[in-house]
Amino acid sequence: MSAVVDSHGHDHHDHHDHHGGYSGLMRWVTTTNHKDIGTMYLWFSFMMFLTGGAMAMAIRLELFQPGIQFFNPDLFNQFITMHGLIMVFGAIMPAFVGFANWQIPMMIGAPDMAFARLNNWSFWLLPFAASLLIISFFTPGGAPGVGWTLYAPLTVQMGVGMDLTIFAVHLLGMSSILGSINIITTILNMRAPGMTLMRMPLFVWTWLITAYLLVAAMPVLAGAVTMSLTDRHFGTSFFNAAGGGDPVLYQHIFWFFGHPEVYIIALPAFGVVSQVIPAFSRKPLFGYASMVYATSAIAILSFIVWAHHMYTVGMPVTGQLFFMYATTLIAIPTGVKVFNWVATMWKGSLTFETPMLFAIGFLFLFTLGGFTGLVLSLVPIDIQLHDTYYVVAHFHYVMVAGALFAAFAGVYFWFPKWTGKMYDETLGKWHFWLTMIFFNMIFFVQHFLGLAGMPRRIPDYPLMFETWNKISSIGAFGFGLTQLLFLYIILKAIRSGEKSPEHPWEGADSLEWTHLPTPAPYHSFENPPVLK
Amino acid sequence: MKSSKLARTIATCWAAIIGLAISGSALAIEWNLRPAGSKLAEDIHTLHEDVMILVTVIFVGVFGFMFYAIFAHRKSVGHKAAQFHENTLVEILWTAIPAVILVLIALPTTRTVIAQKDTSNPDLTIKVTGYQWKWGYDYVKGEGEGIKFISTLATPRAQIENQEPKGEHYLLEVDNELVVPVGKKIRILTTAADVIHSWWVPSFGAKQDAIPGFIRDLWFRPEITGTFRSQCVELCGKEHGFMPIVVRVVTQDEYTKWVGDQMKLIAASADDPNKQYTLDELAQRGEKVYGTICAACHQPNGKGLPPNFPPLDGSKTVLGPKADQITTVLNGRPKTAMQAFAPQLSDVEIASVITFTRNHWGNKVAGADGIVQPGEVKALRDKK
Repeated sequence: MSAVVDSHGHDHHDHHDHHGGYSGLMRWVTTTNHKDIGTMYLWFSFMMFLTGGAMAMAIRLELFQPGIQFFNPDLFNQFITMHGLIMVFGAIMPAFVGFANWQIPMMIGAPDMAFARLNNWSFWLLPFAASLLIISFFTPGGAPGVGWTLYAPLTVQMGVGMDLTIFAVHLLGMSSILGSINIITTILNMRAPGMTLMRMPLFVWTWLITAYLLVAAMPVLAGAVTMSLTDRHFGTSFFNAAGGGDPVLYQHIFWFFGHPEVYIIALPAFGVVSQVIPAFSRKPLFGYASMVYATSAIAILSFIVWAHHMYTVGMPVTGQLFFMYATTLIAIPTGVKVFNWVATMWKGSLTFETPMLFAIGFLFLFTLGGFTGLVLSLVPIDIQLHDTYYVVAHFHYVMVAGALFAAFAGVYFWFPKWTGKMYDETLGKWHFWLTMIFFNMIFFVQHFLGLAGMPRRIPDYPLMFETWNKISSIGAFGFGLTQLLFLYIILKAIRSGEKSPEHPWEGADSLEWTHLPTPAPYHSFENPPVLK
Repeated sequence: MKSSKLARTIATCWAAIIGLAISGSALAIEWNLRPAGSKLAEDIHTLHEDVMILVTVIFVGVFGFMFYAIFAHRKSVGHKAAQFHENTLVEILWTAIPAVILVLIALPTTRTVIAQKDTSNPDLTIKVTGYQWKWGYDYVKGEGEGIKFISTLATPRAQIENQEPKGEHYLLEVDNELVVPVGKKIRILTTAADVIHSWWVPSFGAKQDAIPGFIRDLWFRPEITGTFRSQCVELCGKEHGFMPIVVRVVTQDEYTKWVGDQMKLIAASADDPNKQYTLDELAQRGEKVYGTICAACHQPNGKGLPPNFPPLDGSKTVLGPKADQITTVLNGRPKTAMQAFAPQLSDVEIASVITFTRNHWGNKVAGADGIVQPGEVKALRDKK
């Protein structure tokens, strides 16, 4: 992969040629360039991250002490619902689609995404979907207060905000499906000569598998919310026992989407980390082939474990046992990945720049979240912990310490390639350490709360939970402020960052580092590189 | 160094913040699962401890390697990178060994799963119904058969709204506790009237969703007497955090006595539906019913929380014909939190609370229209 054959095709046109016929806002509205679209995805996701984060701050503010202080329980429920939806669909997923847009063409030696106009449309659905979610707060009755899982039949009691949310989910799903089709087509058809599937960087592999998961899972979610919509307005009874339906059916459909969704979020994160760790270990990724097989195994298993989210609905014992065994199996390929990452670092020549710090933070905390996942996979223990703060702690270790840390690692890692500027390394390290400390302060103690019996999604709590909630809330405020530091680091680097060296990371060896100048030109690989 | 000064400042703030957080609440800090009150819960605790020990050992082992590499294989200490990138034997081992460990975990767990599902041959069967936002208990089989009551939060609103100091069992106290005898196998049937709720007593390892239109079950055999407290654990709307579960486990003798008392109460409080009540009698009783049943949504001041929870003060239904209001209370309003109260409230209770709403706040319904007698409720209930 490292064989340099040529890197031509980067003649400098003037600015207008670069950005199509438009400038200013219209450039961004009409752009079909994968780099522009990737940038928009990343900025959009960061704005959503701040929006969903503000709601998290509101939640932790209310939970700072017992009693109702700031928000009535109805509004509190609206915040937890929108915090979840915005973070999952608005922040994390678009962030990794942003990485996919920027990186996949450059990593496989393609000039752009396969369907450039579709790519533009995939992105521009998102702001409208996000607006629907936000607008729902201002409708009569407010946003739905049902939790991000949108469980029936509580959804039937909600106001018009629920309908806006359902349409938003439709739009988000469409955006994801279109984006995925684009990614699959690009990867399968537009690789440079010599770039066989088993020579692709692991980030590209994880996205190929993720895109298939998205195509399979998102329509299922769209179906579930559409059935809720017709139950609400058109007299159907899919989830209403009085009309012959079953409320638990909703949960089965939702989690048939929901569990693959977990890996839709986690796999691209695995991909980013699999690029970063070898680069800063100056050593090839250990067990490349087993990484590919493990990723595929996780993807397949993710479709047969959904009911482990539902151990308390009253399944037959055989159902519980099947889903328990299938779920514990996921530990095997996940373990292989963790071992491979550690083995990559073993006997390397390690340095600890910000991307590597976030990757190590990911590895350490994601594994912790994986272990609490193993604990939760066991039916009797899960029955004690289901719908408590233990589950909240578990999935934030996977979603925040997993996906978000990997996204930070990716931004710091590729920032010089994208912009030609270096970020401030000292501030980057501060960002990592503060994020790491505050993250654990928020969520580690929530394991104790869950064990001690604090239910999820309550706006007020018994006195015995006060201490941990205070610590958790203080951690949350610190975490929130720290992310503003990230914004500052990025803005500072864009405005006045030092020029990046041509090869900022000596261990990075995928095509965007070996075959393209820094910063990457607006149009790259107009002629494909040839790999020996 | 500028950054070390900053670090010191942050460390100081940090210590101050943690000190503040801990001093603010001198209460016992909970670390672990609630103390077990049954053999099943004990088994779950043991399983949890065993798994935690196992994962901790693996975690420390794996990250021991990582931190050793971070320490010894740094570029800054001059370590040169090796270039190996696979080792078939190692890769097979670290796939196979976890598989074996999983089988070892699965075996004892399976036994507990099967035991937990075995609800056969109970001594006492109690139906639990989740309502927005209270629990209904119904002793359906065994000693105490026929006892039924509604269990609602007993913590005063003033405590929740921070106008009074919070009591010891803040949010974990109810007006009517579920009473069961020690040492007996109790089977709980769960269902719900509106949305999904979830009934949980941690000390018995007993949790089961309550699903509208379906009956599910669970069992527990309490081994110690005492009061066990918990809360609804499935988001069920606005007051989800305010529907506690309190189970009082008593000796067999105490239980028999309790059942006797309850039976006497039932006999004594059987209201005569044909009796004609005065406005004051009805309004007084109605105020109580309103406080426990209606105020969560329609608010103590009758203003509601529009539009999801409409006001009763000035409401067209309340000021309109009696029959419409009675029907609404009996059957509820579909697709809203206004549930059918026919199964929960007696004719006298419904007549009282309707009379109360028609004569309170700004509502003044004149003459005979202002009073609803239990007989009128009964007539409409029977018509259905």
